[in-house]
Amino acid sequence: MAGPSLVILAVFLILPFFLAFGLSFTNQRLISPNPTEYVGLRNFESLLGVGTLTLEPLRGENGDLILGDDGAPTYPRLRGYTRNNPDYPHLNGMREWISWSWGENRIYLLASDVVFMRALVNTFLFVLIVAPLQGALALGLALLVNQKLKGINAFRAIFFMPVVVSMVVVALLWRFIYDGQNGLLNTLLAFLTFGGFKPVDWLGNTSTAFGAMIAMSIWQAVGFHMVIWLSGLQTIPEHLYEAARIEGASRLQTFVHVTWPGLRNTAVLVLIVITMQAFALFTQVDVMTNGGPIDSTQSLVYQAVQRGYGQQDIAGGSAISVLLFLIVLSISLIQRYLTRERT
Amino acid sequence: MSSRTPETRATSLFMRYAILVLVALIFVFPLVFMLVSSLKPSLQLLSDTSSIRAFLPVGNISLDNYTASFARAPVALFIFNSIFITSVTVVLNLVICSMAGFSFAFLDWKGKDVMLSVVIATLIVPLETIAIPLLLVVNNLPWVGLHGIEWGWLNSYRVQIVPFLSDALTVFLFVQYFRDLPRDLIEAARIDGASWFQIYAKVIMPISGPVIATAAILRFLAMYNQYLWPLMVTQSEQYRPVMVGLQYFFQLNTDWGQVMAYLSMITVPVLAFYLALQRAFITSIASTGIKG
Amino acid sequence: MGRFAKLTGVLALTTALAGPALAATELSMWYHGAGGDSAERDTFARIIKEFNESQSNWEVKLQAFPQIAYNDAITAAAVAGKLPDIIDVDGPIMPNWAWSKYMQPLPIPEEKFAKFLPGTLGHWDGKLYSVGLWDAAVAMYARKSVLEENGIRIPTLDKPWTLEEFDAALVKLKDSGKFDYPLDLAMNDKGEWYPYAFSPFLQSFGGDIVDRSTYKTAEGALNGEAAVKFGNWWQSLFERKLAPGTSQDTGDHDTGFLEGKYALQWNGNWAALKPLDKFGDDMLFLPAPDFGHGPKIGAASWQLGISAASKHADGAAKFIEFATQDKYLAAFSNAIGLIPATAEAAQMTENYKDGGKLAVFYDLSAKQALVRPVTPGYVFAAKEFRKALSDIADGADVQDTLDAAADAITADIEKNSGYGH
Repeated sequence: MAGPSLVILAVFLILPFFLAFGLSFTNQRLISPNPTEYVGLRNFESLLGVGTLTLEPLRGENGDLILGDDGAPTYPRLRGYTRNNPDYPHLNGMREWISWSWGENRIYLLASDVVFMRALVNTFLFVLIVAPLQGALALGLALLVNQKLKGINAFRAIFFMPVVVSMVVVALLWRFIYDGQNGLLNTLLAFLTFGGFKPVDWLGNTSTAFGAMIAMSIWQAVGFHMVIWLSGLQTIPEHLYEAARIEGASRLQTFVHVTWPGLRNTAVLVLIVITMQAFALFTQVDVMTNGGPIDSTQSLVYQAVQRGYGQQDIAGGSAISVLLFLIVLSISLIQRYLTRERT
Repeated sequence: MSSRTPETRATSLFMRYAILVLVALIFVFPLVFMLVSSLKPSLQLLSDTSSIRAFLPVGNISLDNYTASFARAPVALFIFNSIFITSVTVVLNLVICSMAGFSFAFLDWKGKDVMLSVVIATLIVPLETIAIPLLLVVNNLPWVGLHGIEWGWLNSYRVQIVPFLSDALTVFLFVQYFRDLPRDLIEAARIDGASWFQIYAKVIMPISGPVIATAAILRFLAMYNQYLWPLMVTQSEQYRPVMVGLQYFFQLNTDWGQVMAYLSMITVPVLAFYLALQRAFITSIASTGIKG
Repeated sequence: MGRFAKLTGVLALTTALAGPALAATELSMWYHGAGGDSAERDTFARIIKEFNESQSNWEVKLQAFPQIAYNDAITAAAVAGKLPDIIDVDGPIMPNWAWSKYMQPLPIPEEKFAKFLPGTLGHWDGKLYSVGLWDAAVAMYARKSVLEENGIRIPTLDKPWTLEEFDAALVKLKDSGKFDYPLDLAMNDKGEWYPYAFSPFLQSFGGDIVDRSTYKTAEGALNGEAAVKFGNWWQSLFERKLAPGTSQDTGDHDTGFLEGKYALQWNGNWAALKPLDKFGDDMLFLPAPDFGHGPKIGAASWQLGISAASKHADGAAKFIEFATQDKYLAAFSNAIGLIPATAEAAQMTENYKDGGKLAVFYDLSAKQALVRPVTPGYVFAAKEFRKALSDIADGADVQDTLDAAADAITADIEKNSGYGH
């Protein structure tokens, strides 16, 4: 009886995945008159290549440090080392990914594909921020709507509403909220501070764009996880609360000793579902920022699509898909291992 | 604490509602903005965002954006296509996945555990990342039509339906739900001489309302919101769904009033459907026993 | 199955024989205007109707796609081998489609198009692949009264603004305090607009997207001294708040110039009629500034071509010849305000005949236009160029960003074995 389901999964998911897997070891283009060649791990190497370089500050002829306008030491330009410098062949074509000061020196972490690295880090950041935050907010909401109040069902419905609206629609609407000139958020903040607030270009600044995207993503999905929490809350027998009340436990004590222990399994599920969804981050990036400003909102799936489709580099795009699969697979194996231990 | 006066109880009740309303506002304001804006001319819509007028149907209010949307694109056709594709997929998907769930939960067969792991592993492959290989696959599949066998599935309803008739999450939900059902139900039916298929159809499915509802909602949302795939596989207007239709509204000079009208038209049916069934939705998800 | 197939086969054959003896062969045609300007669609529909009625061998059927999804739809169809007979193609993309073998050279002698503006003819590998019914041009939208009030010289085709003059004008307009921004570049439009509208700036500075002498590398062209000079100036436009940046709202772009929020706007002729209606004689369409290597604007717009998969190239060519008659060039221009491909057709139009309201665009197109690099690698390079310009506008290091873009473009050319150059 599992037949139809397995056949469909095999043809429409597993087969294409293996095709992608195979393509990631070639130089296949989406469309090209050139023959396809097997290139081994080259696609993966060019994605993952990293190197380090330590530079000493520039000194004048008398040995004094040459200071920049801001009084900090200055360093030689990286491109002198990474562009066709015969002394540093292993760094050729790499770019600065991160750098920090170490004493007088400056240490550079270089990557051959900085955009991919940023996408990788962003995706992890997204997961690491969204999973706990969204989980916690959803729990808060679930506690809020688990009260016995008249009309509470209406509130449950409202909190769940963004979930049924398409992410494309949500992302388009939030562009109006985040607009840098007279967006709704700036208008609201200006109103609350009696005009004292200076408008922020939420999606236009590298420091705020990703946070803005995270906030919106949580807004859209938190209702769904609220409902999962709610299901967990409702499985906790009433007599436990009764007992806590008789023993004169405070609200916090009740939560810590009665509610939370009863929610363990739900917590695991919520965390897993959010993690999976968070790794697939794509639509928001596509509709709101295209990965910008300066790669601050890149994501792995967006890069996979961008390369495979937009830049017609199906081999490179597939390599990212394969890496993403391996990452999520290992994480879910770890999560599974951790959950096994508990039960 | 234990001996509260009526007044403090009333205040506390008021506070509770105040918090609920405040949170509710956070969740509805973008949608209110969308609906209200769909009634305004583009210029007014854009200037209204700098005040509370953004949420109020004031100024030059009309249904012009809606009429203009219908002139710009075959909106009704897109909505029909989406609803058609989505409902057919959801119904067939539930049958196929529940059967698989049943098999995984109750039947004994070789390699079952490995298979289940493989199915669950497919959960972590986002469609976007395999869209192009999938395109190559469907382009090489046969179909028996009016003129004998045709090759290639592009530009049809089936290419938007068949690949989504099974998915790991739905199978997983059914397996979880079925595993928690009491075993004696099955045993009793076996003793009465019922076949496995009869047990599935007559015993198990009738008591699976909650999980069916949950899976139905999740599938409905995922299918209705498809964008990249239908864009790749529909060449003629006749088969395009709502999210591809949205692209018709982004032209050199985007008319935001019309965009809002279109967004409202494709969102309101889903919202209405949801609000009509919301009690069943939420109680069903809540009781699906998605308990990990 | 055997019997059933035979039966349907027989049925199909008999219906085919029973039909009109001289049934017209269907030619499928795709174009990018779904949801777009209805006047454009109506004009296409009219040409197709008149073509279908003018002869009995061929019947063209039109399928429209939304513009932002069009290239992706074509790529998907090409991957699947399901392209139609006739396609419309954006000029700079054409070499990629020709090289990838999803287009075939036009089986029409080139002399037929001798009078066409150079930007309307698409060549690859020495052969003509596509022909446009119109070209587009970009100009600096301005208002005479605003320039005069601020004491800014009105530039002419013969004496355009220099970099210093243009920059000083922007600063002056900013200091007047009357505008949100002195210049609107339409940074919100993250599609083909960036390379189309801004690569001419780079070229006027002396740089380019790729090295056009070999088409084998971007090194030196996109990250050389001239390019860095351009990049620094480009970044300063946004740092000094002379132009709204990458997060500009589409709505602001659409209305800003009309409402007086922006003093100048870098915009195409397709948007020219609205401000002309609003400002009348006060409205000016100024030539591109000369940043050192002559004033430049982009050329080549949407053109018609024949897919490689088409089994009816002769019919498709008939249609293209039919559609490129002067009367239709003029009809398109009248309908959507674009520049007709020939001078004869221009004389037949309201706006582009001598003394017409938009005649200046015909002159701009004839005098300043430069096609984007003619190479299959353009598709990739354009995306890198766009990303580099966005990043620089957002504050990224100019030299590093241009280096990265140049490296990526050069690497892509190598990966594709030189793209056939």
